[in-house]
Amino acid sequence: MTTTVNPSPNPLKLRERIKLPRQHMPEQPADERSRNFTEVNLGYSAELARQEALRCLECEKPTCMDKCPVGVKVREFVRLIVAGDFLVAAAKIREDNVLPAITGRVCPQEDHCEGACKLCKKGESLGIGYLERFVADYEQRMGTIRLPAAPPTGKRVAVVGSGPSGLTVAGDLVQKGHMVRVFEALHELGGVLVYGIPEFRLPKEIVREQIDQLRAMGVEFETDVVVGKTVTIDELMEEEHYDAVFIGTGAGLPLFMNIPGEHLNGVYSANEFLTRINLMKAYQFPAYDQPMVDLRGKDVAVIGGGNTALDAIRSALRLGARKAYVMYRRSEAEMPARAEEVRHARQEGIEFRMLTSPIEFLSDGKGWLGGLRCLSMQLGEPDASGRRRPVPIPGSEFELPLSVAVIAIGTSANPVIQSTTTGLATDTRGYIQADTLTQRTSRKGVFAGGDIVTGTATVILAMAAGRRSAKSIHEYLTTDQW
Amino acid sequence: MFKIVHAEFIAPGIKRFEVEAPRIARKHKAGQFVILRLHDRGERIPITIENSNPERGTINIVVQSVGKTTHLLNALNAGDNILDVVGPLGKPSEIALFGNVVVIGGGVGVAMAYPTAAALKLAGNHVAAIIGARNKELVILEREMRQVSDELTITTDDGSYAEKGLVTDKLRRLIDNGTRIDLVLAVGPIPMMRAVAELTRKDHIRTIVSLNPIMIDGTGMCGGCRVLVDGKSQFACVDGPEFDGHLVDFAVLTQRNSTYRQEEERSMEEFRRHLEPRAADSPDDVGCAHGGRG
Ligand SMILES: Cc1cc2nc3c(=O)[nH]c(=O)nc-3n(C[C@H](O)[C@H](O)[C@H](O)COP(=O)(O)OP(=O)(O)OC[C@H]3O[C@@H](n4cnc5c(N)ncnc54)[C@H](O)[C@@H]3O)c2cc1C
Ligand code: FES
Repeated sequence: MTTTVNPSPNPLKLRERIKLPRQHMPEQPADERSRNFTEVNLGYSAELARQEALRCLECEKPTCMDKCPVGVKVREFVRLIVAGDFLVAAAKIREDNVLPAITGRVCPQEDHCEGACKLCKKGESLGIGYLERFVADYEQRMGTIRLPAAPPTGKRVAVVGSGPSGLTVAGDLVQKGHMVRVFEALHELGGVLVYGIPEFRLPKEIVREQIDQLRAMGVEFETDVVVGKTVTIDELMEEEHYDAVFIGTGAGLPLFMNIPGEHLNGVYSANEFLTRINLMKAYQFPAYDQPMVDLRGKDVAVIGGGNTALDAIRSALRLGARKAYVMYRRSEAEMPARAEEVRHARQEGIEFRMLTSPIEFLSDGKGWLGGLRCLSMQLGEPDASGRRRPVPIPGSEFELPLSVAVIAIGTSANPVIQSTTTGLATDTRGYIQADTLTQRTSRKGVFAGGDIVTGTATVILAMAAGRRSAKSIHEYLTTDQW
Repeated sequence: MFKIVHAEFIAPGIKRFEVEAPRIARKHKAGQFVILRLHDRGERIPITIENSNPERGTINIVVQSVGKTTHLLNALNAGDNILDVVGPLGKPSEIALFGNVVVIGGGVGVAMAYPTAAALKLAGNHVAAIIGARNKELVILEREMRQVSDELTITTDDGSYAEKGLVTDKLRRLIDNGTRIDLVLAVGPIPMMRAVAELTRKDHIRTIVSLNPIMIDGTGMCGGCRVLVDGKSQFACVDGPEFDGHLVDFAVLTQRNSTYRQEEERSMEEFRRHLEPRAADSPDDVGCAHGGRG
């Protein structure tokens, strides 16, 4: 679809646009939301969305679009919002992004489109994420304008993992007329979107609707299949006759700290903590059967500084924690979490203990966590990641009483597929090797992308890898050339 | 949805199911398990695969009513469905020609010991099996175990059937008599596996135990199943469930398995209250028994 709105529907002069303030996202008050799991951001109204869209400078060379890993045509869709054509705006986004209601909520826009927005120089960037979310939600309420799919090709593609990379591959390829089946290990589809990111940031209903859209487009889904265990990739290709396979299994294996006391009750990996809460809805125990430790009145800390850490600690707060700390060994400037999440967490009363590193989990004498022994850090020279390296301050040891600790220091590659697929090359850390342009692996007909190739990254980067994979799978299926 | 094609109680509170799961049946090897979920608010629980039939596309599981989910499960019958069954999970048992092996099953652990005993026998080992239960009624899979072992000893805690005593009493006798033992496999309640490991430690008899920690996903994603083995963290769902019994920290396992005791009791409590008005058609006794994974 190539609908463009020309000339610009925006009646304002550039000078006037620059003067307009960024429209605030309506949100639940911090003291209310810190006790519930309902979404924090309430979404723009149509009026707010148009007001915000009017700020767009409609740059000749839209840097926002260049900075988007999937190349969403920001200028075009924003113009369509100004013109009031919300459904067409949604279709415009969909040309490049099959999960706009999700990225509109969780993408780190400050690192991509909004970070590149020219308005930043004058004040605040255009609220591109908020606008994307607005049109996607509008579309979900009003019905999609579906892109016509190509006629069936008779080719079969197996997608392993239903996270953002797998869903993107599935959506793109089904559009090209290929038969696509997604295999998922868990009982629920969506990957980190359902087991990791909590309801208050990304309602599961939204994920379900986006998946239903893919289903309506013809994508097939099979849950409860651990590829490598239930069926191998070799079997999928040789016995079930899939012409190509995409591996998008994410970076599922949680890292622990390997410090004393890590086996005490009350010490969790963020994955377990969040899976209990999000996937298994343990916060509604006993209406749901999966149990969760009672956090009411307890002091809880999360160790780490990413989105995962903030999701875990904000969940703990909502489950009644008395004190909720984020412990990070670097300073706030280095925190990899989205800026909006840090701001929200602070508003909700999360205590930030920066430059702090735990060295021992202390027992309460009954097998449960009782406290944390920590060291204070200071920032030294930059390390390989370019961030200043935290170094311990001698003699700075202190203890913090604590009932529950959640470790959110990162993940590594789950080896199940790598160890059961012949001829699949991995790097030294166990991640699958794939070409950065074509996403081809060392195994003919097998492609990989997302966190299982790059290590933990972001939803949008996983989707971008999915896009590249879909393009290259389509090429492979139509030319038969490897 | 996974259809139950056959279901029968094999002891009070212990039920055997044959479930349609063609993919799992094809891939199952002795020592592996499944994770299942009964309804859309249900928890995920690990259950041992007792047997599989690739031609029929079915697996057998043996379930002891312990908590809410196992009670609900044991109320199901042929024709009913299980919402989710995923597997086969975990590493298969190591099957090789060891020589003289002793396979010990305690309680429902017998269901997990059985396929491994069968495979070990098939591999040419001399298999001495010992199965233990609290009383006569709770002895399960006696016939099956007899078929796959060269000698079978049954012990009951109260002496209501066969030998009175514990499985370790028999094992100790074997060791004291100077029987050559090349490998011991023990599957059952933690105290039993721990006692077996203690018994074989000083004679350096290789001892494998099958652990039953808390699990959620069963794919290595949550780390909830971590156990301390030789001072290192291992994930039972992917690195196990079988480990060298002499290297397992059983105290940590016991302590971690108690994490949700209060919550589990509460869940059971509410469930019981729920059942009471319909107590007449209650599926089986609601007595709690020890043991984690069935
Ligand atoms: C708590 C948390 C919060 C986050 N917040 C943000 C955020 O705000 N913004 C952002 O951009 N990014 C965020 N991220 C990162 C982002 O979610 C990931 O980068 C992204 O989901 C990776 O997508 P993926 O498709 O590679 O894999 P995943 O989303 O990890 O999905 C992989 C799927 O594959 C399945 N799978 C694994 N192995 C197998 C197998 N053998 N067979 C079948 N299925 C298998 C898994 O069960 C899973 O469903 C967050 C991550 C976490 C954990
Ligand atoms: S059960 Fe989650 S990692 Fe083993």
